[in-house]
Amino acid sequence: MLNSNKHVDFFHRKNKLLNGGGSKAVEKQMAMGKLTARDRITALLDAQSFYEYDLFVEHRCRDFDMVNKLLPGDGVITGTGTIAGRPICVYAQDFTVAGGSLGLMHARKITKIMDHAVKMGMPIIGINDSGGARIQEGVDSLAGYGEIFYRNTIASGIIPQLSVILGPCAGGAVYSPALTDFVFVVENISKMFITGPEVIKTVLGEEISMEDLGGARVQTEISGNAHFCAGNELECFHQIKQLLTYIPWNNKARADRHTPRPPKPKHEIDQIVPPEPTKPYDVRDIIRAICDNSDFFEIQRNWAANIVIGFARLDGQTVGIVGNQPLVLAGVLDVDSSDKAARFIRFCDAFNIPLVTLVDIPGYLPGVDQEHAGVIRHGAKILYAFSEATVPKITVILRKAYGGGYIAMCSRHLGADFVFAWPTAEIAVMGPEGAANIIFRQEISSSLDPVATRRLKVQEYGEKFANPYVAAASGHIDAVISPADTRKVLIHAIHVSSSKAECRPARKHGIPPF
Amino acid sequence: MAEKIELQKLCIAETTYETTLTKKFQGRKSYVPPDPNNIRCFIPGVIQKLHVRPGQKVRKGEPLCVLEAMKMQNDIVSPFDARVKSVKVEPGRMVMKGELLVELVPSQSE
Repeated sequence: MLNSNKHVDFFHRKNKLLNGGGSKAVEKQMAMGKLTARDRITALLDAQSFYEYDLFVEHRCRDFDMVNKLLPGDGVITGTGTIAGRPICVYAQDFTVAGGSLGLMHARKITKIMDHAVKMGMPIIGINDSGGARIQEGVDSLAGYGEIFYRNTIASGIIPQLSVILGPCAGGAVYSPALTDFVFVVENISKMFITGPEVIKTVLGEEISMEDLGGARVQTEISGNAHFCAGNELECFHQIKQLLTYIPWNNKARADRHTPRPPKPKHEIDQIVPPEPTKPYDVRDIIRAICDNSDFFEIQRNWAANIVIGFARLDGQTVGIVGNQPLVLAGVLDVDSSDKAARFIRFCDAFNIPLVTLVDIPGYLPGVDQEHAGVIRHGAKILYAFSEATVPKITVILRKAYGGGYIAMCSRHLGADFVFAWPTAEIAVMGPEGAANIIFRQEISSSLDPVATRRLKVQEYGEKFANPYVAAASGHIDAVISPADTRKVLIHAIHVSSSKAECRPARKHGIPPF
Repeated sequence: MAEKIELQKLCIAETTYETTLTKKFQGRKSYVPPDPNNIRCFIPGVIQKLHVRPGQKVRKGEPLCVLEAMKMQNDIVSPFDARVKSVKVEPGRMVMKGELLVELVPSQSE
């Protein structure tokens, strides 16, 4: 064959494969309001930056007449490219090819690009849109899933792993996203579940739509499986690009430093916390009043909203912020909020992101449902995560810090490097009402006017203990600071912690309560 | 904040806070202590066989019915000597977790 003929042959072969499942399947994909796998990659990465590998990979299934079936790329597109000029590995399942079903070679393509990402120390983004295991390939497709899960686990804490759910992701397939760091979903497009509506109907006789069972809202508001929800795919890609500006490329690097910017002046920090300790405020207003340009990139906004987590920058440097949210459930810790914060803390610790903890917590949420749901075990996760973290840990107590909640919220006792308190801070075993009732129970009940005595004792206790100075006298907090100085103090604390090195006894790994 | 938020009350350690409540919190079911005389379904499934009728006496460990769930046949047995007060299911019936199957009256109470 002449060289020119070889080139023609090459273009012919390539173009055939680039069409994916063909125009009909592509039309169907578009009709569902979805982009094609290739368009998704193009939209997500920098223009012209994508290089594809394994386009010519073919499945090896010999059963069920599969021999004669051509599945372009075996239903998944893999490659490297750049986002904001930085290298990234990506794969996108192609629903137009056999429903994006996962066979052995499909999985091998994914594990190959995952291995690249780990070796080269760059994030991997997986775009999931698949009907599930390719049944014709039997146990080989299960093997494929297993090999992906194994690599997700090995890569965990080495490179950031992002999962984007842009179609169905059901059965075993959900466990790859579940093992990754951040899961993105899109309304009306993403569907995640272990057992689908049909199985539920057969086994339980209950009818439920895919959307109500495992749609985007369910995953971001009820289950907490997903971290970000978008109205459409392009908005989702924008969220991914934003997230990537805050995180480092691997566990040996630090997040890029951005140009420092002051907070926007409309956020007056002194005015946010109400004088009455029982009145709520939005802790995100405090965060915006502290951080660069008032930009707070919140994670899991709609799940366990009694704790707020997310990234922001202080003097251009990324910090992970964990804050109790008095606006929701008075900012208590409970099963879900502990779980949410613990995972985030571990991400920050793995990727060298300093932690800033903002405390205003009345304690743990009381209730039979909480106890029976294992609030002891789940609540322990946040203690474990904060204690285990060796990145700079800086805590600011804004108002209440009572009892177990005080300890849990990155207190000095869990290894915080700096603990600051506002003059409004109350660091105590419990609020004045509860404490006075216990300490002065006899005095109150035996007095002539128990109501008046109680009120007096509550006031006495409040005056003596509902302040930051008792804890400051013991050195449990390092300084009482004025709210207006918070940003300055935090920036200084992070600056002086920049070469923090904390050595722990060697071990294979700890055993967190998960 | 632009929209006006309606605040509710939440009491933690004798202090009442103004805050908002989550859907999950508001949807809490109040705790009902389990009644050992009520034999409830522990896993969703289908009643395959019924071994008892109302009024019948059963010994501890005697099967009351067979529940097929996740392709397994589970014998639902009497936890104590008892008389069957009522049977709430019939063979072929699909039952939910927690659904009442059989009501018993312990023998020593009669």
